[in-house]
Amino acid sequence: MSNFSTATSIAHNVASGAQSAVSIVEEHLQRITQREEEVHAFNLVTSAEARERAADIDARIARGENVGPLAGVPIALKDNMCTRGVPTTCSSKILEGWKPPYNATVVDKLFAAGAVFVGKTNLDEFAMGSSTENSAFGPTRNPLDTSRVPGGSSGGSAAAVAAGFAAVSLGSDTGGSIRQPAALCGVVGVKPTYGLVSRYGLVAFASSLDQIGPFSHSVADAALLTEVIAGHDPMDSTSIPKPAPSLVSVLGRGVEGMRIGRVADLPEGADADVLARLDAAFIALEKAGATIVDVKLPSLSYALTAYYLIAPAEASSNLARYDGVRYGNRVAANDMNTMYADTRAAGFGDEVKRRIMLGTYALSAGYYDAYYGKALKVRRLISNDFAAAYANADVILTPTSPTVAFPFGAKTDDPLTMYLCDIFTIPTNLAGHPAMSVPFGTGQANMPVGVQILAPTLGEEAMFKVAAVLESAA
Amino acid sequence: MSERLSAADVAKVARMARLNISAADVERYTQQLDGMLDHFADIDNLQLADVQPMTQPFPLVNVLRADVEQPCLDREEVLGAAPAAEQGRFRVPPSGGEDE
Repeated sequence: MSNFSTATSIAHNVASGAQSAVSIVEEHLQRITQREEEVHAFNLVTSAEARERAADIDARIARGENVGPLAGVPIALKDNMCTRGVPTTCSSKILEGWKPPYNATVVDKLFAAGAVFVGKTNLDEFAMGSSTENSAFGPTRNPLDTSRVPGGSSGGSAAAVAAGFAAVSLGSDTGGSIRQPAALCGVVGVKPTYGLVSRYGLVAFASSLDQIGPFSHSVADAALLTEVIAGHDPMDSTSIPKPAPSLVSVLGRGVEGMRIGRVADLPEGADADVLARLDAAFIALEKAGATIVDVKLPSLSYALTAYYLIAPAEASSNLARYDGVRYGNRVAANDMNTMYADTRAAGFGDEVKRRIMLGTYALSAGYYDAYYGKALKVRRLISNDFAAAYANADVILTPTSPTVAFPFGAKTDDPLTMYLCDIFTIPTNLAGHPAMSVPFGTGQANMPVGVQILAPTLGEEAMFKVAAVLESAA
Repeated sequence: MSERLSAADVAKVARMARLNISAADVERYTQQLDGMLDHFADIDNLQLADVQPMTQPFPLVNVLRADVEQPCLDREEVLGAAPAAEQGRFRVPPSGGEDE
């Protein structure tokens, strides 16, 4: 764990009056002033609003009010979550300057819990990428080594926490976009069960895969934040009609008697330093009283193909709305079809265009069955594999990322090379299960390695119990 | 590399996706997308005839509510964020092509 204050301790101190929310926010804004130019975690820093909000929280506490479980906690939001009246760009030129007319549900929930927003974080355009090099506004750098990427697509949110710009942050995870940057920046990152956290106000990439989740310095902070943002939302038709789970309370319970799955047929591709840390994690859990069991996931090696057909197909449909009519930017033309095509050509970056075309192709007449239809069947096989594995294991451990953070430009020449970064994170999204990455030591070049904990649908309790044990053993 | 799709295919896809891209870009995307489809051929030999497709993690049901008026987005705020609006509506160029 880093030396920065956790959200849990900040909320405790602010609520008890030991520290003011104003002093906390100033401390974080000062770090932003010192390092943001170098790191570029943010598309927008909302200093004035943060100061105003912190002063309001202090005033309410002075009046004896309970301001909520995140009292005075500075938080950063990935810039694909709608904030009313505050620009939300998705790091795309097509939405540059757009101010949403409503808040995402998670934003309202965090506000009600007493959090202080410090800014909107950088991402790969429309969350398509694994290094944050695809942002229209320039890349984010890894705060631990600025010659390396922070991962992606939520690279700005991971870097903001790792650099101490915010105590916690939110990202979105469609194929690993929270867990992979968390691993590469040495912080905790959680993708909750699909449907546990409302997607209302999250700009859609691939609607059957997207899920919002937290970044934090500690497992306890991640549990706290998940509790705050989870729960049923009538505004999201895929929201699970159940109350938010209680997660902070399970953290001290240990893993005695738990069955931890080791994937016997893990797809190749992980570096030796990463696999060494995974082995160490199994040893730590065994020492803590868990049993290691071998599980098989034979369809896992096809997950990349299924994902890179399904996600672009959904994206090609979701991104059809950016047509220069209702929001965002427009390239003027004398007829509507030219206006659409010129607006989209000028507004979208290279990777977004590539995925829109791939998705359009996979869905087009004559190719639907061969590509999209087949990918949906492979998705079922992967889901079935997980169901069989979870009959024998409570959770499964894998690497989060096959490598530690890589240098800029290392994977930008060939899109497929970049896609392989997601090989261990993608299967969870296809199944809709929860998963999280916990820092567990370092690998090459002294860069952090993350271990990924996978659990079945609504298995967050088991997942967090294991995470807490790994955190104390790291 | 096999030739799974041609430049003409990519130009057609770009038209369907309403993306005005240059001839040079068509060539580049053709190569890249062809390489991807080559990789995606790894699922070609799977026996999938009896497998049910999975579109969502959970089965979805329609969300219904009583048909009564509820608060909604502010009209002026929504139109204010549009590239062009007129008389309370979004303004677009004509589909046939005339002066805007």
